[in-house]
Amino acid sequence: MTATAPGATRPGRGPGTPPGPAAPPVTASSRAHPLWLLAGVAAVLVAALAGVALGPVDLPIGGVTMSALDRLPFIDAPSGLSARDTAIVWELRVPRVVLGGLVGAMLATAGAGYQGVFRNPLADPYLLGVAAGAGVGATLVFAYGAGGGWIIDPLPLAAFTGALAGVAATYLLSRSVGGQRDTVSLILAGVAVTAFFTAVQTFVQQREADSLRRVYAWLLGRLATTGWSEVRLILPYVAVAVAVLLVHRRLLDVLSVGDREAVALGVSASRVRLVVVIAASLGTAAAVAVSGLIGFVGIIVPHTVRLLTGGGYRAILPLSLLFGAAFLILADLLSRTVLSPAEVPIGVVTAFLGAPFFAWILRHRRLQ
Amino acid sequence: MFRSIAARAALLLFALLLATACAASGGAADAGPSAAAVAASPSPSPSATAGFPVTVEAANGEITLDAPPEAIVSLSPTATEMLFAIGAGDQTVAVDSFSNYPPDVPTTDLAASEPNVEAIAGYAPDLVVFADDPGDLEASLAELDIPALSLPAATELDDTYAQIAQLGAVTGNHDGATALIEQMGEDISEILAGAPSTGASATYYHELDDTYYSVTSATFIGQLYSMLGLRNIADEATGGAGDYPQLSSEFIIDANPDLVFLADTKCCGQSADTVAQRPGWDQLDAVTSDAVIELDDDVASRWGPRVVDLLDTIAEAVETHVDAGAS
Repeated sequence: MTATAPGATRPGRGPGTPPGPAAPPVTASSRAHPLWLLAGVAAVLVAALAGVALGPVDLPIGGVTMSALDRLPFIDAPSGLSARDTAIVWELRVPRVVLGGLVGAMLATAGAGYQGVFRNPLADPYLLGVAAGAGVGATLVFAYGAGGGWIIDPLPLAAFTGALAGVAATYLLSRSVGGQRDTVSLILAGVAVTAFFTAVQTFVQQREADSLRRVYAWLLGRLATTGWSEVRLILPYVAVAVAVLLVHRRLLDVLSVGDREAVALGVSASRVRLVVVIAASLGTAAAVAVSGLIGFVGIIVPHTVRLLTGGGYRAILPLSLLFGAAFLILADLLSRTVLSPAEVPIGVVTAFLGAPFFAWILRHRRLQ
Repeated sequence: MFRSIAARAALLLFALLLATACAASGGAADAGPSAAAVAASPSPSPSATAGFPVTVEAANGEITLDAPPEAIVSLSPTATEMLFAIGAGDQTVAVDSFSNYPPDVPTTDLAASEPNVEAIAGYAPDLVVFADDPGDLEASLAELDIPALSLPAATELDDTYAQIAQLGAVTGNHDGATALIEQMGEDISEILAGAPSTGASATYYHELDDTYYSVTSATFIGQLYSMLGLRNIADEATGGAGDYPQLSSEFIIDANPDLVFLADTKCCGQSADTVAQRPGWDQLDAVTSDAVIELDDDVASRWGPRVVDLLDTIAEAVETHVDAGAS
């Protein structure tokens, strides 16, 4: 792992004018520039509108708009859409767009939080055993939970429980070997837990070979919804986790100068680290529970935001939230339209498009 | 994380090819003792041993047997069904963990997905039949001088007949195999002759799992539907999506198929009820008119003698729902 700490791109280093039409100047303070926030909100809105208007089935944009107006109180707007089309818009597309926004925002914000507390640009939300734990939970359901008879859908519950178990195991292991102040022991504990859980998952899926396709599909992520139930399921966790992370954004900037310096400034580095890790892990576990393992979002979005705005965590966290939501909504739009009417796993889209885009941003910034 | 996700992407592609080709469903079959005695039957008649040594041209090349095999190990649920249907059941000593039909097969915990050659050799087989070789199964068996017959997933009905004929020849049950093939042909002709012509205008959606993986008409199962004149909504998924595309939910709803066939009743616990509860699916005519047909995952994923049963189920559905709906 390289030693390039995220703090190296702190403000004051004087990066040049960010590319793009909006290009606001980087201010001395690390707050998100209002123009960037505005751009983020606009990106979410555009992505959401595109996500609702477009899809494998061609629906008239006018009809979709009227259908939306019709939903507002006191407005009666005949949309001309059939009952089937209306169901497609309101029971399939809109919940899916909302879910994509929630998951994208959560993963990007959690990724930024992890990178902050670990001072490691490679940290992502799946670092501490969340992904492997959720994978075990989901695989167990695919292998042994089939056949119905469940009161609730067991898949999200098992993935969520597994994800939390993974993080808990990582944390307990690191405490037993190194103490909580040592981020290296935490990351290494995450490696060990991930390896162990992955072994369990692989064993189960090989034993039950007929679950193989479902397990792999799940590992690549999918934003399929059953109406609004997934949104309702994760909204509380995402809201709390994102709120906690946003509250700690200034402290992450303090942390980025070093534990000792942070303590000198009156900040308990270990406490901040613990709270941020818990919030990010809880939110990620909720996101993973309904969407599987969508890779790359937690890394690419915070870094892109950092490279574009040059800000500290005060700017990166809220902007990651917005651009993460927009990015995943658009990625999902592609995943259901590129091979229409077939779908492409969203994890493939995020990595396939995200990686070159990220490389381009990286190169562009370096050249300046 | 990058590497593992990239690796998973590659693995998924591989797994898709593998899993869709041989989606032997049905969950964990009970791994009973391998010694489960096969129903006693008369020893092979002298005429059965005639014709040996025999050489059969199979998917994995020529294999030669000097005498009728007495200890067959089957690593393919489909091959197991074929063996028992042609009368080679009493020569079969062990079948893999997914083989569950007919009910009295000697199921063991042999895993077809990752066969352990040592465990297979433990049954002292004089013939091993398999559908997939995930690694060096065939080479390892050759080292042990155990003849191995590959019966890969059929891509058309003729493959099924050819595999039954190969099994008949190689096990000394030529007559049984011929009779089975003739019977299947007759049954299928009868089903097709009795099928209503109104089926020609009807569309269907065949569901492999609850994430809407489906089949196109190019697949073995898709061809069965085509024989009855049904049109497949998944055929629109061309170009890169493969023969087993994962369809968008909204596309399925918009296509509004006349018939919905669920081949995920065992794997994924789906039923007409769960389908009706999916968001937006209450708009499907097939749901409102009860034209959601629950298939047996196993029957719908194997290419053995029971394809006749499957075809019959489909024809019955066409008769019940499409005829009634069209008139």
